[in-house]
Amino acid sequence: MIKTVYSKGKLVAKTGNEVVAEAMRQIEPDVVAAYPITPATEIVQIFSQFVADGIVKSEYVAVESEHSAMSATIGASAAGARAMTGTSSQGLSLMWEMLYIASGLRLPIVMAEVNRAISAPINIHGDQSDTMGARDAGWIQIYSENSQEAYDNMIQATRIAEKAKLPTLVTTDGFIISHCMEVVETYPDADVKAFIGKYEPERYLLDIKKPYTLGSIDLQDYYFEHRYQLAQAMRNAKNIVLDVAKDFEKTFGRKYDLCEKYMLDDAEIAIAVIGSTAGTAKVVVNELREKGIKAGLLKIRVYRPFPAEEIAKDLAHVKAVAVMDRADSCSGAFAPVYSDIVASLYASGVTNPKVVNYVYGLGGREINTGHIIGIYEMLCKIASGTEKSSNKVEYINVRIK
Amino acid sequence: MKKEERKLTAVEIPIGDIVEAETAVEFNTGSWRSERPVWNKEKCIHCLTCWISCPDSSVKIASDEKRITIVTGIDYDHCKGCGICARECPPKIKAITMEHEKK
Repeated sequence: MIKTVYSKGKLVAKTGNEVVAEAMRQIEPDVVAAYPITPATEIVQIFSQFVADGIVKSEYVAVESEHSAMSATIGASAAGARAMTGTSSQGLSLMWEMLYIASGLRLPIVMAEVNRAISAPINIHGDQSDTMGARDAGWIQIYSENSQEAYDNMIQATRIAEKAKLPTLVTTDGFIISHCMEVVETYPDADVKAFIGKYEPERYLLDIKKPYTLGSIDLQDYYFEHRYQLAQAMRNAKNIVLDVAKDFEKTFGRKYDLCEKYMLDDAEIAIAVIGSTAGTAKVVVNELREKGIKAGLLKIRVYRPFPAEEIAKDLAHVKAVAVMDRADSCSGAFAPVYSDIVASLYASGVTNPKVVNYVYGLGGREINTGHIIGIYEMLCKIASGTEKSSNKVEYINVRIK
Repeated sequence: MKKEERKLTAVEIPIGDIVEAETAVEFNTGSWRSERPVWNKEKCIHCLTCWISCPDSSVKIASDEKRITIVTGIDYDHCKGCGICARECPPKIKAITMEHEKK
């Protein structure tokens, strides 16, 4: 049960989509460009209603595709506007080309993204394949466990993007959060506006006193330096995320970090997971702890920039770790989060934990406490040495044979 | 002689593929030329048709003592030798002719 932690906060019952749209209403960006039909959820549809009703002063651009949605958002951001968009699944795929342009031009666009599966076969249910496919696009990626986090993350993302000069997407798991109604604490409009502050870009195209060219050709002599700048900006973004989280906690009372450690400090076995499944896993951890099993959980909130050193430190003492991926990279080897975590452990000299990879929940396939108990049981066996850890991807709840 | 361009580092260049305005002046595009316009000061009537027509602002102008704008020459650092000035110069005047560039 969510309780108010902010003195002027208000408890409301809203779906994930509604509460993300509510955050957008409070942020009141100058421009929102979107293509508000499936595969996008109703986030931007709700927001467009706010515009039509005159509740927000934002300029809403209804475009003919997600490629155009991202293009229009890029144009608005380059011109000097605070610009946002929202999409999901195939919509994010269609933005692909423009995602790289947004980050390459260092535009602080904020996107409300809902994690939904990628075709084919056609499916729009909860699945992180869409944003995992965009993990190298130079966008900050913040995942939410529930609607409260989605709301809080949207507010923080606005400041993170503008400070880091990097586009930032905030995600919620499709249907599980996006269409599910929860009690959420919202903060007064004025307090949210005061927290995000006024957007004052250093350079913008409509500044006629300081004209410049944006997005010019950049060949062998300078392209590499610009890409290095982008990679470096992502490294530097880690501290920006933490600074904004600290200020957010001071203002609204909710604590955020790059990752959340749940019963992890003394854990012998642990699951590392992203998104709503962390909530399910916490229930399992509670049950196992009652039985005296030292189970823990690492929830990754910020996936880009990847908190490599932090994760290596957090998992160093754990005997067996299961990394749960709600996306399969089809690499022939491992899924994305597993690859990132194992690389982080090895690079930090942490070779003690046995680390196994589980792919789960593709296309909205159910993942319940029973499945997660099964994973922890396997981890117990691996930790005690009665079972060898698998050296390839294992799949949860799929009919293989 | 133009000095050698020093390549800037990732810290020195503006972020996000920004190129400052008016940087074209730094580039010696005159080195691309295969033909050069030669301006005949005696024939020129200073109608400025060449100056208007030049796509690279390479026709040099100045004010004379009566404050009338006159042509003073060609900027060979930036003239790419397209020949538009020679073609647009009034046929009865022919103050600009194109000659092969000699290295």
